[in-house]
Amino acid sequence: MSIIVGSETKLAVSGLTGREGSFHGLRNKAYGTDLVAGVTPGKGGQDVEGVPVFDTIKDAVTEAGANTSMIFVPARFAAPAIDEAIESGVETVIAITEGIPVLDMLKTYWKAKEAGVQLIGPNCPGVLSPGKANVGIIPAQFFDPGPIGVVSKSGTLTYQIGNELKQAGTGNSSIVGIGGDPIVGSDFIDILSLYEADPETKMIVMVGEIGGDAEERAAEFIAAEVSKPVVAYIAGFTAPPGKQMGHAGAIISGSSGTAAAKKEALEAKGVRVGESPTETAAIAVEVLNSL
Amino acid sequence: MDLLEYQGKQLFAKHGIAVPSGEVADTVEEAVAAAEKIGYPCAIKAQVLIGGRGKAGGIKIAQNADEAREYADAIIGMDITGPHGEGPFRVDQVWIEGGSDIAEEYYASVILDRGEKKLLAMVSAKGGMDIEAVAAEDPDALVKVHIDPTSEFDAAAARPIVEAAGLAADALDEAADVLAKLAAVAAGEDATLIEVNPLIVTAGRDVVALDAKVTIDGNSLFRHEDLAAVADTVDDPQEQMAKEKGLTYVKLDGNVGILANGAGLCMSTLDVVAQAGGAPANFLDAGGGSKAEAIVNALEVIKSDAKVTAILFNIFGGITRCDEIAKGIVTASQQIGLELPLVVRLDGTNSEEGLKILAEANLPNLHQEKTMLDSARRVVELAGGAA
Repeated sequence: MSIIVGSETKLAVSGLTGREGSFHGLRNKAYGTDLVAGVTPGKGGQDVEGVPVFDTIKDAVTEAGANTSMIFVPARFAAPAIDEAIESGVETVIAITEGIPVLDMLKTYWKAKEAGVQLIGPNCPGVLSPGKANVGIIPAQFFDPGPIGVVSKSGTLTYQIGNELKQAGTGNSSIVGIGGDPIVGSDFIDILSLYEADPETKMIVMVGEIGGDAEERAAEFIAAEVSKPVVAYIAGFTAPPGKQMGHAGAIISGSSGTAAAKKEALEAKGVRVGESPTETAAIAVEVLNSL
Repeated sequence: MDLLEYQGKQLFAKHGIAVPSGEVADTVEEAVAAAEKIGYPCAIKAQVLIGGRGKAGGIKIAQNADEAREYADAIIGMDITGPHGEGPFRVDQVWIEGGSDIAEEYYASVILDRGEKKLLAMVSAKGGMDIEAVAAEDPDALVKVHIDPTSEFDAAAARPIVEAAGLAADALDEAADVLAKLAAVAAGEDATLIEVNPLIVTAGRDVVALDAKVTIDGNSLFRHEDLAAVADTVDDPQEQMAKEKGLTYVKLDGNVGILANGAGLCMSTLDVVAQAGGAPANFLDAGGGSKAEAIVNALEVIKSDAKVTAILFNIFGGITRCDEIAKGIVTASQQIGLELPLVVRLDGTNSEEGLKILAEANLPNLHQEKTMLDSARRVVELAGGAA
């Protein structure tokens, strides 16, 4: 098993006819992901290297059997595209697009909740289940199949840690990039609970950063609901207050949401927190070997 | 993106919230002229993006033209440090507004609650002071209610909140109206934080927003042309230059220039440099899929900061190709004459090709390291003592 994407995934890519969408969609297909459809309004009937294109996601569901939607459309059109995906009948929506207005995402978040759809992102690198399926922009060559589930707010930081795990001879059940925006469809808690239920996942690495309280909430959840070991890393100890650090969510206002507060909250619940990506990977390997 | 008080008040006025009328001034002469026009007493208020202006001496009430001149002269050009050590912020502008006859001081805000995924309305009868202190000492005095994202938030929906906060009975209707309008500002202007402290009741029993703290979601600026113009004004020369070149750059205080790809990896790089005893000069995310030209631009921005004594490149190529990064470094050395010590760590996609390009260029100031931690230690060594 793995979580969110796997051998059962049938993927429809909104924006497959665009430059980024076709590059990454076809890369996902080359990895072995079952890419069944592209979606671009007005381009139904065309194909992208043999992948049929439909006008709507609903058509991709009824005619090509899509069960997972990936959103690769430009920011100003992305929230309506996610809404369309939520209403189309797919089980999972993975939104890669960066720069979607946060109050649009607020409405979209509740639509997904109400429809019972698993929304990942936006502004995320997607989900990779090594050896099975890759949906998004995660470079799969740095990850091998294995027992460690990874959940992260950041892309490149995850590649860094994943690569160190690979060099240490281990690998991952899945890698989930939840995204760095203030409002994301799935938080750490949602993904932690999926890993807890996944028999292939023996332990979890969680990568957080400054801003919000998702890590603090995760700490509470881990103490109450997660039996598998969790190792964490937090980025942004040197971030000055009031400055936004690239990710829209990575901003400290006042004293809450700091890296130090998050580290403390996690450690208080028995979660070991690495000082650097390298140390985090080393702790994860140590914990894995002790299981 | 944070708005200055007067910019926030202009948004309030647009949405029908009562604010004192006033004028913005860049010079002492303009400030005195504005005060003469508005009449006395009038308030002269420093326009900086930080709380605690009053305590820092950035807000004064002038009773006549001499005082207006004296206070404007003192406030324009002063440096204000925030209550959490933010800044210091230089005061370039003052806002002059008519003095208000204050009977009550309340607090009202509408803020995006990321955890609950809802807007949160907060109201207190204890306004005009540090609201975090009120919340800590007397939590019941701050009423917090989440706004249902699926239904309309009008004055009727706001009324129970202002009632629960214990505002004066004769101010309840107007206060509820203001709270509903603050939520309308959030929805209409893509504001993720709107805070009014104090929200006053005048002697004539009018409810007026005496201050405005507004944060606009930067992602929404494509649909707010007026606000996008505000966002274009950046004070710092490096931040301005980076903005023009389309780079995500934040200026910090140290002497180690930093370039990494991805916001998370870049933040992590700042942390490991600090752990190694260094002081980062900046945050610069080269972004995914950076081409050589972006690297040249980034190096130009970093180099223009005179404090920088060494530069660290920490690249883990995913979509980004390390050979492109290496080409950018070599091109930059030729084009902009880079003499500062440069520590480069390239890993991930096409790293071997990248390392080969760097080896062939044989740049005398370039130091290669294999790991993130070694590269951090090396750059701190080369940068020398703190700036």
